[in-house]
Amino acid sequence: MEQQRERILKIRNLNISFKTGNGKVNAVRGVNLDLYKGETIAIVGESGSGKSVTTKAVMGLLANNGNIDSGMIEYHWNDEYTGEPKTVDICQLSEKELQSEIRGRKIAMVFQDPMTSLNPTMTIGKQIMEPMIYHYKKSKKEAYEKALELLELVGITDAEKRMKNYPHQLSGGMRQRIVIAIALSCDPYVLICDEPTTALDVTIQAKILELIQDIQKKKQLSVIYITHDLGVVAKVADYVNVMYAGKIVETGTIDEIFYDPRHPYTWGLLSSMPDLDTDDDVLYTIPGSPPNLSHEVQGDAFAPRNEFALNIDFKEEPPMFEVPGSKSHKVASWLMHPNAPKVEMPESLKKRLQKMKEKGDAKE
Amino acid sequence: MSEQPILEVKNLKQYFKVSRKFTVKAVDGISFKIMPGQTYGLVGESGSGKSTTGRSIIRLYKPTDGEVIFNGKNISGQMTKEELKLLRTKMQMIFQDPMACLNPRRKVMDIIAEGLDIHKEYKTEQEREQKVYDMLELVGLSKEHANRYPHQFSGGQRQRIGIARALVMRPQLVIADEAISALDVSIQAQVVNLMKKIQKKTNTAYLFIAHDLSMVKYISDHIGVLHLGHLVETGTTDEIFNNPIHPYTKSLLSAIPEPNPRVEKTRKSQSYDYETSGIDYHKGTEHHVEGTHYVLATDEEFAQWTK
Amino acid sequence: MTQSEALKKYQFQPEDFQLAQHRDALEVDQVMPARPAWKDSINLFLRNKGAVIGIICIVIITLFAIFAPMLSSWKYDDINTSIQNISPCAQHWFGTDTLGRDLWVRLWQGTRISLFVAVAAILIDVVIGVTYGMISGYFGGKVDSVMQRIQEVINSIPTLVVLTILLMVMKSNLFTIIMALAFTEWIGMSRITRAQVLKTKEEEFVLASRTLGAGSFFIIFKEILPNIYSQMIIMVMMSIPNAIFYEAYLSFVGLGLPIPEASLGTLINDGFNTLTITPYQMTIPVIVFSILMLSFNLVGDGLRDALDPTMKEM
Repeated sequence: MEQQRERILKIRNLNISFKTGNGKVNAVRGVNLDLYKGETIAIVGESGSGKSVTTKAVMGLLANNGNIDSGMIEYHWNDEYTGEPKTVDICQLSEKELQSEIRGRKIAMVFQDPMTSLNPTMTIGKQIMEPMIYHYKKSKKEAYEKALELLELVGITDAEKRMKNYPHQLSGGMRQRIVIAIALSCDPYVLICDEPTTALDVTIQAKILELIQDIQKKKQLSVIYITHDLGVVAKVADYVNVMYAGKIVETGTIDEIFYDPRHPYTWGLLSSMPDLDTDDDVLYTIPGSPPNLSHEVQGDAFAPRNEFALNIDFKEEPPMFEVPGSKSHKVASWLMHPNAPKVEMPESLKKRLQKMKEKGDAKE
Repeated sequence: MSEQPILEVKNLKQYFKVSRKFTVKAVDGISFKIMPGQTYGLVGESGSGKSTTGRSIIRLYKPTDGEVIFNGKNISGQMTKEELKLLRTKMQMIFQDPMACLNPRRKVMDIIAEGLDIHKEYKTEQEREQKVYDMLELVGLSKEHANRYPHQFSGGQRQRIGIARALVMRPQLVIADEAISALDVSIQAQVVNLMKKIQKKTNTAYLFIAHDLSMVKYISDHIGVLHLGHLVETGTTDEIFNNPIHPYTKSLLSAIPEPNPRVEKTRKSQSYDYETSGIDYHKGTEHHVEGTHYVLATDEEFAQWTK
Repeated sequence: MTQSEALKKYQFQPEDFQLAQHRDALEVDQVMPARPAWKDSINLFLRNKGAVIGIICIVIITLFAIFAPMLSSWKYDDINTSIQNISPCAQHWFGTDTLGRDLWVRLWQGTRISLFVAVAAILIDVVIGVTYGMISGYFGGKVDSVMQRIQEVINSIPTLVVLTILLMVMKSNLFTIIMALAFTEWIGMSRITRAQVLKTKEEEFVLASRTLGAGSFFIIFKEILPNIYSQMIIMVMMSIPNAIFYEAYLSFVGLGLPIPEASLGTLINDGFNTLTITPYQMTIPVIVFSILMLSFNLVGDGLRDALDPTMKEM
């Protein structure tokens, strides 16, 4: 039944820090991540959790004051002509190699704000054609035809007319479609979507997500979503990585994370999500605020906000524990240690998850 | 209800002249009222005129037509000095962008005390400080935060400072213009809880402007759905959520993502396109559904939607 | 590495796996450490080597300009025909000029005048330009249109023509030169101010002030000005070398200060006449002049980087 999954991206022990006026900020602390062909992973976390920084490192787009201290980002692919498997560590590539080999061609990115990621002085058509001409040395005519095709793929009608438009003449949803078309123009294998819908209206959000899913199926893309919105995650992801303070604290399949969460932070995230079915007067919130990463983190970074924190949480950083009975589900919390007291998730969340499960089962 | 509404908007219109020939009708004749201590949620997509409505009410713009009655006084036209003072103290606003809504060069103490300074609402320096400290405590920050600059706070904390600035004037109505949409979901919940807590304590009424229905549900008593400058559907939160009539409301509701993968994976959102739907808001009139539930439609449309 | 192996490196204490009771601590909000914004700016500025060298040069030159003439036994206008055109020596460190005046004293006197002229002119500029730009930008609408048209008219007259006429009609002295410089430079200042005001006045914190009932005066001085002053400082730093240059230029074309006053411009002009015979008479003021110009530009650049708020984001 299970097919051989083809690994595309392998991130191991990635550490990234930034030099700022306030000293060194350790934005990413030992991240491990795998991405397989045709699958979708989501990285969930609050702002400042390091989720964007991780993916920027994958693209080789770190800001000047950022530095990859250690770790590797391996990219695997099959050569276009010979078909033999190849591997490259993105951290070791030069800027020139990144530009000509990785960005756009192998990994493309869709940013949050479609207005700022498009060039306001160029027509849509030119912006879609440019990367193809640059990367694949296509003739203008070929590129034009491909651009038309792409615009239709992203659901833009009368594409020929739209090619001559400038970004400001289009609506927000339309612009985001264009951004996706540009990202797809060089046939990448991996698409990174950094909060692709936060700047859009709710009605359009769903449309864009459905569009990305459609394209993913058609082109066998692997997609990484970065978002703080669990609603988006629920809709699109196969695998979920919950990130907190620069570390992945829980990873697993979507069902494992949503119906059987183990880390107290994931509990908090799920609880604070507004839900139309429940009628609580007060929404659950995670107390306190995220830690300041310019200080050395002692023990578990989430411990000060964690009502289930153990004494050891303040001393030692928890390793990744495997959840018994699952290959994919891993949790970085001392609560998973066999010696730890049995701690159950809050009663209200348990009820809610139960309800969700029932509703989900009813659907299926 | 025999109580006087704190705010009554009657047929408010706000047009912007772009050029000699072209006028944008951002808000085109909307009416609603808010009772003291209640929350009215104004929902719509970008460009629907929801922010303009808020800004017209608080007189950042001069309304083109219509009446805005606040506390029994008409504030849509020329105002007397007392009326202006009433408006500027008893009606306050919370802004969208936690980065831009606080002056980066002023300390939190001065930002929160700004209204007090302008209207000279204290006698001694200690009184001013005490009022600011009280506010900081109310929004869950501490005294020590008063001497910091805005850039030393996180987004959620800044939004709480914005709330403190509005509340220090003891307003009767607070307009929250997309006050939570720029925040992470988990922080949104914090801010919404805080606003609810304060409402219980102070009986402040809110006009809660948002593009996202899921949080609106938690905070609002009444909801108005705004599209292209027209209120297409109004009613209590339950009425809107349990029995949406207008196709635009339905599409908004269907777009709310649910944190439930098995449901979400298969669901397709409903789409609504004004231009191709054949609906003309100008022809529509208000139709009564039940209780306080009204929908903007022509007779035929109404019959068709409620079938 | 399996899980049990990974766990072996830990030495567990018996109480490690008890729930930590810290519920009261949960609600505490963490904030970044208190750090005034200006500290960041100073740090950034000090990290820029060029700017630091620039500011050191400016300080040294200014100190010399103030004290050197006072401490010397010569005076800048002492004519002594018996010591004409002496090359630099122990008595006259920088030599003497054609009229036998000590060039060391004259150089620093000239620098003093040049700096004074430039700073005075720029201060007048700032007052006029910022006020004009503020009013124009803040009130907008018709006020803005009228003010911009007036400014365009003034700006369309070539500067040099204005200067020449001004200096020919009025007596050429320190005051006239300052006025002439101020007259030409304020437009740039007002433009930048206006652009900044237009940008800032739409910010949400200004709107917030308006909803609180703040008057125009309050908004301009408490909300807008503090947010644009860094641009003003940068602009001033960039304008000073311009003014020094203009003054030198005017002196060089003969519209400058009357004899026997000295400025860097007149010194260079005088030296130029005898360049082939006594090259030191021109080279020395040119070197000081260049160092001064360069330093101001470097400091201006450094300030721009240090004060630009976008640089502070991670």
